[in-house]
Amino acid sequence: MEQVAKARGYAHSVAVDTQAFIDKHTTVAIERTICRLMGIDGVDEVEVPLPNLVVNHLRDNQLLGIGSALMLGNAMVSTGKSPQEIAEGIADGSINLAKIPMGDLDAIKNAVFAVAEKTVAKIAQNRNDRQQMLDKHGDKVGAWLYVIVATGNIYEDITQAVAAVKQGADIIAVIRTTGQSLLDYVPYGATTEGFGGTYATQENFRLMRAALDSAGDEVGRYIRLCNYCSGLCMPEIAALGAMERLDMMLNDALYGILFRDINMQRTIVDQYFSRIINGFAGIIINTGEDNYLTTADAVEEAHTVLTSQFLNEQFALMAGLPEEQMGLGHAFEISPDVHNGFLYELAQAQMAREIFPKAPLKYMPPTKFMTGDIFKGVVQNALFNTVTAITGQKVHLLGMLTEAIHTPFMSDRAQALDSANYIFNTMADLGDEIEFKQGGIMQTRVAEVLDKSVNLLAEIEQKKLFSTLEQGIFAGIKRGRDAGKGLDGVTLKADGYFNPFIEMMKEK
Amino acid sequence: MIKPYGDTLNDGKVQLSFTLPVTNDDKGREAAKILAKKMGIPDPNVAHSGTLDEGFTFYVVYGGVAHGVEYDSIVVQTVDGDVMDMGEVSNFIRENIGRNVVIIGASTGTDAHTVGIDAIMNMKGFAGNYGLERYEMIEAHNLGSQVANEDFIAKAKELNADVLLVSQTVTQKDVHIANMTELVEMLEAEGLRQDVVLICGGPRISNELAKELGYDAGFGQNSFAQHVASFAVQEVVRRGIK
Repeated sequence: MEQVAKARGYAHSVAVDTQAFIDKHTTVAIERTICRLMGIDGVDEVEVPLPNLVVNHLRDNQLLGIGSALMLGNAMVSTGKSPQEIAEGIADGSINLAKIPMGDLDAIKNAVFAVAEKTVAKIAQNRNDRQQMLDKHGDKVGAWLYVIVATGNIYEDITQAVAAVKQGADIIAVIRTTGQSLLDYVPYGATTEGFGGTYATQENFRLMRAALDSAGDEVGRYIRLCNYCSGLCMPEIAALGAMERLDMMLNDALYGILFRDINMQRTIVDQYFSRIINGFAGIIINTGEDNYLTTADAVEEAHTVLTSQFLNEQFALMAGLPEEQMGLGHAFEISPDVHNGFLYELAQAQMAREIFPKAPLKYMPPTKFMTGDIFKGVVQNALFNTVTAITGQKVHLLGMLTEAIHTPFMSDRAQALDSANYIFNTMADLGDEIEFKQGGIMQTRVAEVLDKSVNLLAEIEQKKLFSTLEQGIFAGIKRGRDAGKGLDGVTLKADGYFNPFIEMMKEK
Repeated sequence: MIKPYGDTLNDGKVQLSFTLPVTNDDKGREAAKILAKKMGIPDPNVAHSGTLDEGFTFYVVYGGVAHGVEYDSIVVQTVDGDVMDMGEVSNFIRENIGRNVVIIGASTGTDAHTVGIDAIMNMKGFAGNYGLERYEMIEAHNLGSQVANEDFIAKAKELNADVLLVSQTVTQKDVHIANMTELVEMLEAEGLRQDVVLICGGPRISNELAKELGYDAGFGQNSFAQHVASFAVQEVVRRGIK
């Protein structure tokens, strides 16, 4: 456990060091989020979301560093209009924020807080509503069964999701259309023709939320809804999810940098505010460590997963997101041909459980070695389920027998839920009956993974996060500090900048 | 004439499973049976029917299929040429090309999955078959996923690529067909098509489909780096790509 404390210490230093950078900057995504939280919604006649319009207007007038809260507040005091009316005024050209003389700062802040409080109260109410429903139905003991729907049509998704709820699903994740992570705006309205999923939009969130609440009432369970708070709109999607009572969000501090080539400065600043919102809204974040294993070898790179978990933990704590909302990720991705591979999987899962005891760990199923032999796939998934049964993983993403063939059929999901329920019931208390052999294969494996992770974290601490990423030391992927998408949306905060939601939401 | 083998030659036994948007009752099972009969199974046995939701039922059906296949008359388009191992490919390049062969690969279009292209290209390869990055005489560039066709072509020009690998893993509503076709059209429009060996791969790709779409070859399941490399370098020589 001494090694664990060391690892945490290094990760904490990395987060503290990075935070100094974060505190000095804002981004277009953060400013759009503030617009949304102040009540601005809708699109103009060419489908540009009004928050984008307002923030582009600020950027064009070199006012981004002052921030949308102050600029909108000033306009509110001066014109007596609501933020939405001001946004519409900017859209039709009747309002130019640069031309309104700056008024009394206290009056401006009062005006901003007055509207901000309404949204914050609504999000707090959502959190209470969730708790009440959980109290009414009772929350599930043991693993939450997580399935995805991915038809690309939100209405078809609802049909599939409701069926999955009837079959025993606890969490429905609505797969987001591929490529949304690289859009620097959040699309508007319901999706009926998405590729590989639907857009994360407020309307899609609302539709699925209503459907799951009603299906949950029918079966007497609270059904959690999950979406993707990643890419170039991390904080914006967090805000939309908070307003529509999502329960879970994919939200990783480094994933966008490494796997989507989003600029590191942008992601690191954005993730902070997104996690403040998720933390306040009671949303459980899911981190993306499974990705390290699908792109590299799961035996050799196990320590990368642990390292990322430590970093994600510390970045989340910086944003006031409690451990109980940290769905730190890992995955069952060791090749079926590895001798004693199952022992390594079991050892690593048990290790994560012990190192992060309060975190609702997210465990991802085999994907890389799923072949299209559905019969073998069922066995692979059964072994994966067994690991959770023994080690108490919490957010358990069910493997599909048809992984690598197509997006799940309704029957694929039913089969996965059936066999998971069978295994979790028949092995319910197996974990409590097992002690692992001192100095055995599993303990040795854990010590090795932990040592490697400590060494890697020590190196990252010494080099600092950005240089580490530049040198490709982490996960073998090199990213330039000024390369990648979205850098032009990062700016230094000007004197007097303020974001009311940080103080209203952080650590409440 | 051959038929599926259950436990007796030519008994035609097959297993199938499907969901019907109906209630799980006698009428639903009859519907499953009728469907199986229409599929050429004269005497189907509905072994299992399970409720998925009020209006959806899952069926597992067994039966002997009436159809057979004239096996001897089948002609399959497979990828031509010999399959060489890693060392042989390198020797082949040294002897017949005399310079490094530049291969770029990507999961193109909206496809976010890199598992296919990684299996072929990454150093480690897949299932004990080293990837192209490890080949001595091959300069391999894996561009990753969600690469737009225009960016792919731009990179091909920049690196003066001899071989283009397109991976399509999980696609929806046949979007991969449109995307792969677009690449061929763009290469032709740029006058580049003749200067490169164009290869596609993925679980739903066959050599036949690849040829139909204007590719030089297509690799489906159970293909590894040596299959792709062997074809690619022989094609470079055959076409005299400089």
